[in-house]
Amino acid sequence: MIKKTGFYLLVMLVLLYCSGPLLWQIATSLKPDYELTVIPPVITENPTTVHYISVFKERPFLRIILNSAVVASCTTVLSLIIGSLSAFALAKMRIRYKVFILGFVLSVSMFPPIATVSPLYIIIRELGLRDTWLALIITYTTFSLPLSIWILTNFFKEIPDEIYYAARIDGCSPFQIFYKIMLPLSIPGIFTTAILVFIFSWNEFLFALTFTSTTSSRTIPVAIALFPGVHEVPWGEIAAASVVVTIPLIVLVFAFQKRIVEGLTSGAVKG
Amino acid sequence: MKKESGNRFIFPALLILFLVTVYPVFYVFYLSFHRRLLIFDISKFVGLDNYLFLLRDDRFWNALKNTVYFTSVSVSLELAIGLSIAVLLNRSFRFRGVTRAVVLIPWAVPTVVSARMWEWIYNTDFGILNYTLGAKINWLGSPFWAIHAAILMDVWKTTPFVAILLIAGLQVIPKELYMAAKVDGAGNWAIFRRITLPLLKPIILVVLLFRTLDAFRVFDAVYVLTGGGPANTTETLSIYAYKVLFQTLQFGYGSTLSVVVFLCIGSISVFYIKLLSKGIK
Repeated sequence: MIKKTGFYLLVMLVLLYCSGPLLWQIATSLKPDYELTVIPPVITENPTTVHYISVFKERPFLRIILNSAVVASCTTVLSLIIGSLSAFALAKMRIRYKVFILGFVLSVSMFPPIATVSPLYIIIRELGLRDTWLALIITYTTFSLPLSIWILTNFFKEIPDEIYYAARIDGCSPFQIFYKIMLPLSIPGIFTTAILVFIFSWNEFLFALTFTSTTSSRTIPVAIALFPGVHEVPWGEIAAASVVVTIPLIVLVFAFQKRIVEGLTSGAVKG
Repeated sequence: MKKESGNRFIFPALLILFLVTVYPVFYVFYLSFHRRLLIFDISKFVGLDNYLFLLRDDRFWNALKNTVYFTSVSVSLELAIGLSIAVLLNRSFRFRGVTRAVVLIPWAVPTVVSARMWEWIYNTDFGILNYTLGAKINWLGSPFWAIHAAILMDVWKTTPFVAILLIAGLQVIPKELYMAAKVDGAGNWAIFRRITLPLLKPIILVVLLFRTLDAFRVFDAVYVLTGGGPANTTETLSIYAYKVLFQTLQFGYGSTLSVVVFLCIGSISVFYIKLLSKGIK
């Protein structure tokens, strides 16, 4: 009994450690300004939505959310299309230098973003793509490709080769096999990949900071990092904005916890 | 039956990877041998000048020192805490699913959001941390505390990732081994040291690889939390490179710093992958 209580106490401690800071941020977002500087800090006695309203009314936050949503969705779709095509080929078809290609893909995922940001900035500027969605979509698609290819290859590999051969004999072209058989069979894998790529693009900061300059393409992380304060830091508004952009992710985590864990561990444990 | 060639299918991926990662890496090496000032359209080949300057640049050595310190301390802490959480949660109990979802929260919170969240927690006058400790520590303003505040935040943010991977690793260990050890009279600590740790070693190495790489190239977390201050005590290599590139607009020297980060990351990867392949053999 004591052992069991001790165990649950430890679990509670872990839960508090993991969720505490976010809960505190939620509390902060609901406090009227005068409560922010009260000592001792209170959870809140007069909850208010004033910070939420001002984030949307006095700042272009809706547009910024739109930027992030478009960039993250397009990246996810593109990364899945390009990634699943290559994963299919790597798992089921004949590819020369397969090991070399897989190694190359893996090493790209280790590239430090700072090492490519200066040339990419020059290229994007010369192409006239500064401060556009497209610049971010192309960059994010590329940097999420290793992840997509890696997870999806693992998924496709689990589908038996016999299905591929049988479909070939029945007259399917490889491309037909890909979208008529392989894709429907690996929907869970595609879903997992989609969640991870979406979260990656939603949260990315360095490229977004460098390539965007105005509200027309600025994404959420940049907006939150550069949150302007005229006289003092608007803690309440920052908290409100943080909560708004974090809640969708928390919903994803609670709804698809198993899938996310599967995606994160795919490859790491097996290979 | 012979398999068809899949070259067509893989071509788009290789093309975009080549254009957006390989080509820029060559470009950044090229830039690193130039003096390039973007605003004045100046571009001049200067050979190894940037690299020679780097060797004498105190700020570079300071950034390297900060990065190494940040990486080693935060990765060790993450491994220790992550392993404890993994061992704790690797059994069946009520609410296990919900617990694991909660553990993933810090991983899902955008890094920038987490930095601003902690900035408020660390606030000297009104922060909850100082209130809880009954202290008046200037977490982000004091050269000693700032780097540790950044480490603490990073540990909070990335421990879940470590824990999740380690739990997956723990689940692969056959239950029979534990039972056999118990029958033989082994205590919990002995079981942990003699069975769990050795069998977990490959996955620990993978976790260390991922985490070391991420910590070494850290940018957003620390940049948003402290901006590299106070007095450059939290300026990591990526932050220094970013500032040289986009605040002073020296693309040549900035690229030299980027190349150095690239080479460091490369060596770290090679080191771990060698360790890993040794383990597998």
